[in-house]
Amino acid sequence: MHIVSARNITKSFDGNTVLDKVSIEVPTAGIYGLLGPNGAGKTTFLRILNKILIPDSGQLFFKDEPYTLVNLHSIGYLPEERGLYKKMKVGEQCLYLARLKGMSGHEAKQKLNDWFEKFNLQSWWTKRVEELSKGMQQKVQFITTIMHDPDLLILDEPFSGFDPVNASLIKTELLNYRQMGKTIILSTHNMNSVEELCDEITLIDHGKVLLQGNVQMIKKSCSKNIIEICCRGNIPDQLLPTIDGCRVLHSVTNSESFTIVINVIDGEHGNRLLQLYAEKFQVLSFKILLPSMNEIFIDAVKAGNKSSDYGTE
Amino acid sequence: MAQNKILLILQREYLVRVRKKSFIIMTILGPFLFAALFILPSYLLSLSNDELKTLAVIDSTGVFTGIIPETRTLRVRYLRNTSVEEVRAGFDTSGYYALLYIAPSIHNVPSAIQLMSYKQPNLAVSMHIANAIEKEIEKQKLKTYNIDNLDHILQSVKTQVQVRSIKWTRDGKEKSGHAGVAMGVAYLCGLLTYIFILLYCTQIMRGVIEEKSSRIIEVIVSSVKPFQLMAGKIIGIALAGLTQFALWIMLTIVVLMVYKHFAMPSVTEVLQQQPAQNLFSNSTLQPQQMITSSDFQDIFSAVVAIDFLVIGCSFLFYFLFGYLVYGSLFAAVGSMADTETDTQQFMMPVTIPLGIALLVMLSTIYNPDSGLSFWFSIIPLTSPVVMMARIPYGVPYWQVTLSAVLLIASFFFFTWLSARIYKTGILMYGKKAGIREFFRWIKS
Repeated sequence: MHIVSARNITKSFDGNTVLDKVSIEVPTAGIYGLLGPNGAGKTTFLRILNKILIPDSGQLFFKDEPYTLVNLHSIGYLPEERGLYKKMKVGEQCLYLARLKGMSGHEAKQKLNDWFEKFNLQSWWTKRVEELSKGMQQKVQFITTIMHDPDLLILDEPFSGFDPVNASLIKTELLNYRQMGKTIILSTHNMNSVEELCDEITLIDHGKVLLQGNVQMIKKSCSKNIIEICCRGNIPDQLLPTIDGCRVLHSVTNSESFTIVINVIDGEHGNRLLQLYAEKFQVLSFKILLPSMNEIFIDAVKAGNKSSDYGTE
Repeated sequence: MAQNKILLILQREYLVRVRKKSFIIMTILGPFLFAALFILPSYLLSLSNDELKTLAVIDSTGVFTGIIPETRTLRVRYLRNTSVEEVRAGFDTSGYYALLYIAPSIHNVPSAIQLMSYKQPNLAVSMHIANAIEKEIEKQKLKTYNIDNLDHILQSVKTQVQVRSIKWTRDGKEKSGHAGVAMGVAYLCGLLTYIFILLYCTQIMRGVIEEKSSRIIEVIVSSVKPFQLMAGKIIGIALAGLTQFALWIMLTIVVLMVYKHFAMPSVTEVLQQQPAQNLFSNSTLQPQQMITSSDFQDIFSAVVAIDFLVIGCSFLFYFLFGYLVYGSLFAAVGSMADTETDTQQFMMPVTIPLGIALLVMLSTIYNPDSGLSFWFSIIPLTSPVVMMARIPYGVPYWQVTLSAVLLIASFFFFTWLSARIYKTGILMYGKKAGIREFFRWIKS
């Protein structure tokens, strides 16, 4: 089952096409990453998922049914630009936002108590939001996003503005939430967090989907056939074993071992090379180096720009 | 569910405002300010009356000596064999309030009288002097005609006239009116409607900008429709306004009653002794003695004759719908700006009709049935203020109905229009909206 299916979503503002036939299928349970450079259309897409904006064309489905306003109660949204009523008391504000999401006052109070305890915020219940530090406000905001126990969390740049301690706190919560069978869609520039968290991603730029799918699969498919062999001993003076077509990219020597990074033609080629090394040295490790999401991101965006440049000429 | 959310929003808007310190302070201070408006003038009058002033007079003609009547607060000293310079030199120690100099040329040159002092002489004093001397000169001029029994004739022709306006109603009854009272009430009604519309509508605008600039707006509209948010906010603030009203009216009555009870027992006595029904029978009473109480009764009966129920209900209606029409417009203006200073250019088109209404209202209180007053009390954006200024004078039913229907219709229209601007505007940041955006947002 897909918790969200967006099909051929198109949206333009003042003649600028911000989203061009974007289709995304988000499977239930898991963390889905929406990647893309600034101005790619991520926020617009997330706003459409929240019914804040209405697409010019395309269909939206929630749990395989047409999307209605009632579904908003099953969604928690953390916008990129955070904000709360500054003059309002923290607890009151959380209660208000929870009730807007359809919770009863009583139920909301219980849930909030749990969350406040978890984040160590109990003593702040009667303080005004403006008295809180920025990090505190972010925590409160996160609670208001998740407190109604939504099936789907939509987070726009969730880690921007958090210090490392709070960011890891949020990360842990997100992983817990996935464990509970919930779905999270997050947009981010931070590729490290993508590798840590996301199961699937969609990369968009200029309103178009550039790359989509399971993170591991994408990495494999983007593999440039680079292997890394680590052996005991010193780099020998004699020539290293080699096969036609192999190219040593670089080597590193430690006191007891050396590591060599080699570009091979394909997997078969790598295996043969490993055999040659194993005959001469004691191989400590052999790795096929997959590109980082960061590299994939940059390459895909560059390639996308190139093709769109050709397109316009 | 939709109503439920509007209810939640208006609850918050209401509570946030009612709990504000400024709200509580204004609610408590308001009645004292209103009461001060009534009490202060009479209090100030009594203050200035208590001070005893001595006026020195140098009468170089000799014929005006003794003709300026002394009053409770004014003594007159006629100085002989002295000059203006001498008096001036010793003025500070003399304790005189002012020096009046009457030049010999007085009979030919009316400006030959000078009132001199180190302070600006009181207007009432100089009028009192001018009055007395005018009368004396008139008297002297009349004397030159050699009429017998002049004093007696003058005494007998002395007349005092009061115009009491009686308003006919169509069912054949007569209503006693008082032009001054009706005008005062009309002015008050128009002005209050204007002030309250502006006051509470500005609060709507501030609220919208606050939500926008604190960026909470995106969280809210991910739970409710923008229209629900706008509607909840407008209604919530209206309720806060009405609460403040009700408290003001109650507290003002309490303050006035307390003041009456302790400081003005004479007023209540007068009212009890001479009920309004006596009004029509006392025209034969001696005018001189009755003058103050009759005046007072006139005003009192006119105030009683005003239909406070009609005025109250119309005020409620015109304030509420005027507020609703302008409220949605102010919400739209707020949504188009990031900060309050940005609102200036959009405020203009919205505040101009309100300003025009105020200007027209100032003429309406003199000419409630003029063409100008009629049209502006029918046109929706100005009708709340102008019609309220006409109501105390009585307005034909069809006119009130027409104006009310148009106002309600325009409420629907402007709410629809504003909602369109609002829902786009609240998500726009940084981009300064111009007229072109404005129309595009309406179309979108």
